[in-house]
Amino acid sequence: MVSAVFHSPLEAPPSLPRAGEAAVRVEAAAPARPIANKQRRPLDLRAFWMRVLPPLVGFGLLLLVWELIAMNSSTGFPSPLVTGKQALAVFADPFYSKGPNDQGVGWNVLASLQRVALGFGLAALVGIPAGFAIGRFEFLARMFNPLISLLRPVSPLAWLPIGLLVFKGANPAAIWTIFICSIWPMVINTAVGVQRVPSDYMNVARVLNLSEWKILTRILFPAVLPYMLTGVRLAVGTAWLVIVAAEMLTGGVGIGFWVWDEWNNLNVANIIIAIFVIGVVGLVLEFALIKVATAFTFEEVKS
Amino acid sequence: MNELQNSRFIEISDVGQTFKTAKGSFQALRDIHLTVAKGEFVALIGHSGCGKSTLLNLIAGLTRPTQGTLLCANKEITGPGPERAVVFQNHSLLPWLSCYENIFLGVERVFAATESKAQLKARTEAALALVGLTPATHKRPGEISGGMKQRVGIARALAMEPKVLLMDEPFGALDALTRARLQDELLAIVQKTRSTVVMVTHDVDEAVLLADRIVMMTNGPSATIGEVLPVNLPRPRHRVELAEDRDYVHCRKAVIDFLYTRQGHVEKAA
Repeated sequence: MVSAVFHSPLEAPPSLPRAGEAAVRVEAAAPARPIANKQRRPLDLRAFWMRVLPPLVGFGLLLLVWELIAMNSSTGFPSPLVTGKQALAVFADPFYSKGPNDQGVGWNVLASLQRVALGFGLAALVGIPAGFAIGRFEFLARMFNPLISLLRPVSPLAWLPIGLLVFKGANPAAIWTIFICSIWPMVINTAVGVQRVPSDYMNVARVLNLSEWKILTRILFPAVLPYMLTGVRLAVGTAWLVIVAAEMLTGGVGIGFWVWDEWNNLNVANIIIAIFVIGVVGLVLEFALIKVATAFTFEEVKS
Repeated sequence: MNELQNSRFIEISDVGQTFKTAKGSFQALRDIHLTVAKGEFVALIGHSGCGKSTLLNLIAGLTRPTQGTLLCANKEITGPGPERAVVFQNHSLLPWLSCYENIFLGVERVFAATESKAQLKARTEAALALVGLTPATHKRPGEISGGMKQRVGIARALAMEPKVLLMDEPFGALDALTRARLQDELLAIVQKTRSTVVMVTHDVDEAVLLADRIVMMTNGPSATIGEVLPVNLPRPRHRVELAEDRDYVHCRKAVIDFLYTRQGHVEKAA
């Protein structure tokens, strides 16, 4: 029987994830929570320092290297202290607006997030149903797999001119770029999830003679949900990477444009602030989606 | 005519199954002839890899034979359907549905066209009660024990009022004590519902205790039916009383003799 082959995806070793999560495209959203709880229980000092000290040392090292570079720089590379002071000034009024080319960092981040949300939302609307169809019907899989393989490795920015040409505007072109870069992880993960639905469940569906709609709502969708959410997470991550680059090219309001604008002003401190802001927003997005994914993963699947 | 149909409720004639693999074709089953009467309990026993699950899947319609025909109630088996319910080896409950919803899924499919919502609910609840799981109605499979899961699997199958109950090593993954209890429950349920059952097992005691006939299969590849042993023990059967029963011991010895003396050496070679 084939059941053994398709059985394992959700039984992935629960101890492995966490560290390499971002790198693995198709990973079972294995719940790591119970293990973390077990490790936390003995409240000894050593365990506490092992949690707190290494990250602190890491950040300290970053600041040290940064300071050294700033000290030996002849090009006016700002030191952490200067950047910190500048950051206070920037964050004191994040939502000011002095015309289209001079707005607070808050507006810029929101503008970028709005583009990401739009492009990503459209991609989810198209990509997830497409993934289901490709996973469910072998004909479609064979039809689209070569196309996906061909288009997926293309840098999303290569699509930007096409967007500019077709949509005749910078903003829709940026959204289009986000769309095209975030659709692939969702299509692929959903399709793989559908293909990896344990054959036992599909046999149940066949014996009960369920309708295609019931199969979709009662079996496929819940079984694929963890895979789909992994796809969504990767897509949002990629989208956030790409929006910065796209906005550098298209201009307007947005965190990417802000970086480029500050470069033109030779305001390096603001660029460094922008880098931190981009990092923090990316981290928050990732964290939120991991939370959503664990909430929708059925731990019983493993048993 | 009716009499004839009842004695040949499932009719398997000249069935063979060949799988195409990367290394060429692989003959799993050959020359299978078997009839099962209505209300009969047949156990398929054999060493692992002898194709007993393959045969069950053929009766279920999950796979099609490469040779021969299978009939159920004089109709050719062309695909799976609720009239031949399957109890899977690893229960195969949907983990995101409660026990009630898992059973309801099948009930709804079979009876929704002809019955009211209340009747469907009553059927589902009756099935849960039959396997003694009313308290677990709203629990998810992850919250109940392995034995309880298997009972839900049996309830799901029975709730569809199938013509045939097909069981693929239903108690194989359970501990000995739970297995014994579920076997007793199954005996009682089958007695009550007069179901036709085909069960795959590798447990000699299980086969002798439950079955009217034991179909012993030769070792694969190219497995076929080696011998069919009628078990003429009176029902209801009680495992404790049977333990020293001469007929029981006799049947048991016959199966062990077939499995270990006559079919044992091939497995060593494999």
